[in-house]
Amino acid sequence: MGTLQSLSDEPEYRELAEKTGFSFEQIGILHKRFKQLSHNENTLRRADLDTIPDLACNPIRTQIIEAFFDKRNFHQNGDGTVEEISFEEFLVVMSHFRPPALNMTEEQREKVRREKLRFLFNMHNTDNDGTITLEEYRHVVEELLSRSGALGKETAKGIADAAMLEVASISMGHMEPDEFYEGITFEHFLKILKDIEIETRMNIRFLNMDTTTLCNTGLPSRE
Amino acid sequence: MPAFSCAFPGYRRDLLVIVFVVFVGIGLHVEASAPAYPSHGTEGSHLTNITNTKKTFPVLAVNYQHVRKPFEIALWILLALLMKLGFHLIPRLSGVVPESCLLIVVGLLVGGLIKVIGEEPPVLDSQLFFLCLLPPIILDAGYFLPIRPFTENVGTILVFAVIGTLWNAFFMGGLLYALCQIESVGLSGVDLLACLLFGSIVSAVDPVAVLAVFEEIHINELVHILVFGESLLNDAVTVVLYNLFDEFSKVGTVTILDVFLGVVCFFVVSLGGILVGAIYGFLAAFTSRFTSHTRVIEPLFVFLYSYMAYLSSEMFHLSGIMALIACGVVMRPYVEANISHKSYTTTKYFLKMWSSVSETLIFIFLGVSTVAGPHAWNWTFVITTVILCLVSRVLGVIGLTFIINKFRIVKLTKKDQFIVAYGGLRGAIAFSLGYLLSNSHKMRNLFLTAIITVIFFTVFVQGMTIRPLVELLAVKKKKESKPSINEEIHTEFLDHLLTGVEGVCGHYGHYHWKEKLNRFNKTYVKRWLIAGENFKEPELIAFYRKMELKQAIMMVESGQLPSALPSTVSMQNIQPRVIPRVSKKQEEEIRRILRSNLQNNKQKMRSRSYSRHTLFDADEEDNVSEVRLRKTKMEMERRVSVMERRMSHYLTVPANRESPRPGVRRVRFESDNQVFSADSVPTVHFEQPSPPSTPDAVSLEEEVPKRPSLKADIEGPRGNASDNHQEELDYQRLARCLSDPGPNKDKEEDNPFMSC
Repeated sequence: MGTLQSLSDEPEYRELAEKTGFSFEQIGILHKRFKQLSHNENTLRRADLDTIPDLACNPIRTQIIEAFFDKRNFHQNGDGTVEEISFEEFLVVMSHFRPPALNMTEEQREKVRREKLRFLFNMHNTDNDGTITLEEYRHVVEELLSRSGALGKETAKGIADAAMLEVASISMGHMEPDEFYEGITFEHFLKILKDIEIETRMNIRFLNMDTTTLCNTGLPSRE
Repeated sequence: MPAFSCAFPGYRRDLLVIVFVVFVGIGLHVEASAPAYPSHGTEGSHLTNITNTKKTFPVLAVNYQHVRKPFEIALWILLALLMKLGFHLIPRLSGVVPESCLLIVVGLLVGGLIKVIGEEPPVLDSQLFFLCLLPPIILDAGYFLPIRPFTENVGTILVFAVIGTLWNAFFMGGLLYALCQIESVGLSGVDLLACLLFGSIVSAVDPVAVLAVFEEIHINELVHILVFGESLLNDAVTVVLYNLFDEFSKVGTVTILDVFLGVVCFFVVSLGGILVGAIYGFLAAFTSRFTSHTRVIEPLFVFLYSYMAYLSSEMFHLSGIMALIACGVVMRPYVEANISHKSYTTTKYFLKMWSSVSETLIFIFLGVSTVAGPHAWNWTFVITTVILCLVSRVLGVIGLTFIINKFRIVKLTKKDQFIVAYGGLRGAIAFSLGYLLSNSHKMRNLFLTAIITVIFFTVFVQGMTIRPLVELLAVKKKKESKPSINEEIHTEFLDHLLTGVEGVCGHYGHYHWKEKLNRFNKTYVKRWLIAGENFKEPELIAFYRKMELKQAIMMVESGQLPSALPSTVSMQNIQPRVIPRVSKKQEEEIRRILRSNLQNNKQKMRSRSYSRHTLFDADEEDNVSEVRLRKTKMEMERRVSVMERRMSHYLTVPANRESPRPGVRRVRFESDNQVFSADSVPTVHFEQPSPPSTPDAVSLEEEVPKRPSLKADIEGPRGNASDNHQEELDYQRLARCLSDPGPNKDKEEDNPFMSC
């Protein structure tokens, strides 16, 4: 299972393992996948991710792909987007989808929750102004509904407006008729989604198991 | 009886008196089996002898035999329901003791009473139980099964159901056989197969008992679905084991081939049951596609197809419970998209009603059957059975969880394990299976006694103590969550996100297959099973619509905006302040259309008809859409008042308009009519509903008020609001220039209409 490869990259892998929390085996598997997607180069581009057949019918594929190239997700306090990413950055983005360990303290769980919700928040907050405005939220709902029906932008607008109203009601409580609710801040975002147990739901099972087999990915030359 | 009168206040005392009277009544009626007067058909007048003396014409006569059977059934059901009513009137009792316990006690009392009178108390007939009492409960459970937690945990549930039950059966059977070998017990005649048969009967967790107890403790969703799912799915195992051991114990010997056939039988029974259920489910969904003209009978299709699924699978000795569950689960999404709101409510309430009655009757009969006997008591055997039940359950759960946790993301904690183990209640299914054993079985009475003891122990001891234990251990309770559109959006978003990331990983996981299933469902299945154009509708929109409908209905009932959250935030706080410009010509056009709509609507309201065959569900839903419009109107008015205030800052002349008081509903009634004649609205913002060119156009007619109103609602009022808004600004400008109370004149036009 690729033990030869992992031996040669041992020190590098150790560093990555410490940073992201993956095991050596998982890193090895993901590295293989990275090389496959990037056609054996060291960096991955948007076009490489575009070619994945499974993503073709996903309504939010542009946002998913953008998330991989978003510097805010690299945990380096960066900003803006990049054109290509290295394996390390790929791993860091993937680490957002790791399930939390069984014996975590309440504090650690909270940290994991915030991290995952921050990832989601960044996906919605495209202009990086710290809030999700009505326009951005409308865009999210439109994208969600884009593949699944021809009901157009108006319904999406209605739903987004109702959702925004709900957020405002929950977070702000009372507002004068004159006031304007600027947008959903990260704290409000945490509040409205606190009932979805994000730390248990936003996980890829595959990243938890130690022994995995990569299924057929539709690309040639796979073991 | 001073104690009696002070313990129970006035009306409650009367009710209890009534209840006791009913008790006595049953006893007397059961006794009055001899007819007081011969029934109609038996004595033809042409057969009588000529010597018959002429009797006086009977003005009043009693003929009990004629109505005996339905009378007794109705009386039993009435008793059960009065009991249920009684318990909830005694507050302290219903808080401490679960309803199932109280009902069994009542059953014991009634059974005792009947025995004292000298009659033979009725036993819980297995046929009655399996064919009439059990299906409603299972259908109710299956139809309202929460799909998401169930499918997320289906692996764990299956492991508990299949392997757990097998473990229980063999462990208990084996150890009991070992017990019987001991000379001092005096049961040396019992062979291994009989013990295994007994083990298989008593090992299965009972869905009725679990439902009855867990419903009251509101435990968190995960544990609830684990125990409940297990109780449903272990039916297949129970059926196979029971039939297997029953056959074998007649024959006496077991070969390897038999064991192999047993395993094959298990797969046939479970998969066959699911297949039968699914077939009937699809049939029901397909039928519901065409019911738009006969809404009244829609709920019946749901019930009958499910019942047929149950009976068909019981006919083939397949698992009836799994068939029922599969039927409910398969048909639900499609049927709900097709049937009207009223039919949905009817289905829901009928299912709840029937399952409630069934459950009550089952527990009462269990009590009565206990009194009826026959019993054969053997201390060692019975006590050992009870202890072994507990021990095997605990060991099984711990062992299986240890293995399962290796494969789960969300591990089961010790507390969860404890509740799962402690919540493994046995119930009436075990009793009925035991009762089904043929009389030639020499151990039958002993087994029945043991089964009843186990049931009593689990229901009374475990049922009563589970609630304080849950409190003590501080187990997570169910979250009372209102449907939130944000959560719904993000749930769907997460689904797509995780599917995408799985795609990037190259891993065909959980989400990938779910997505594939959804796509298959959308492109092929929904097309056939959902009426009209609705099959294209995405879930998010359906959810949003349901939420709006609920809010609107709440508003109709309570007369004000439903404020789940005490907040004064309204739409205007989030909308960016933009006033679209509408040209004068369009304004005139709009005003003309609105006025003509007002005329149309006045006529329409007079010609509404009501008959059993044409139950217009458009009725309530028109009100609902009106209400919805009223709601948005109120918000618009608030916004308008804000704009006014702002305008009045700029102009020194005070506005002539009276500011709208929040309580007063000055509804622009004309605009409400927009809903009914959607076609004539200028399509500035309005989007036409799905093209009525499909063959189902006729069937859509009744639905048209329902569907486009939603779209109109989302777009229309806002578009019109801005028109009205502009209107009002214009009026204000005019008013200020001419000092003429312009806007009020329009409103006076409304009022005569409103008052009638």
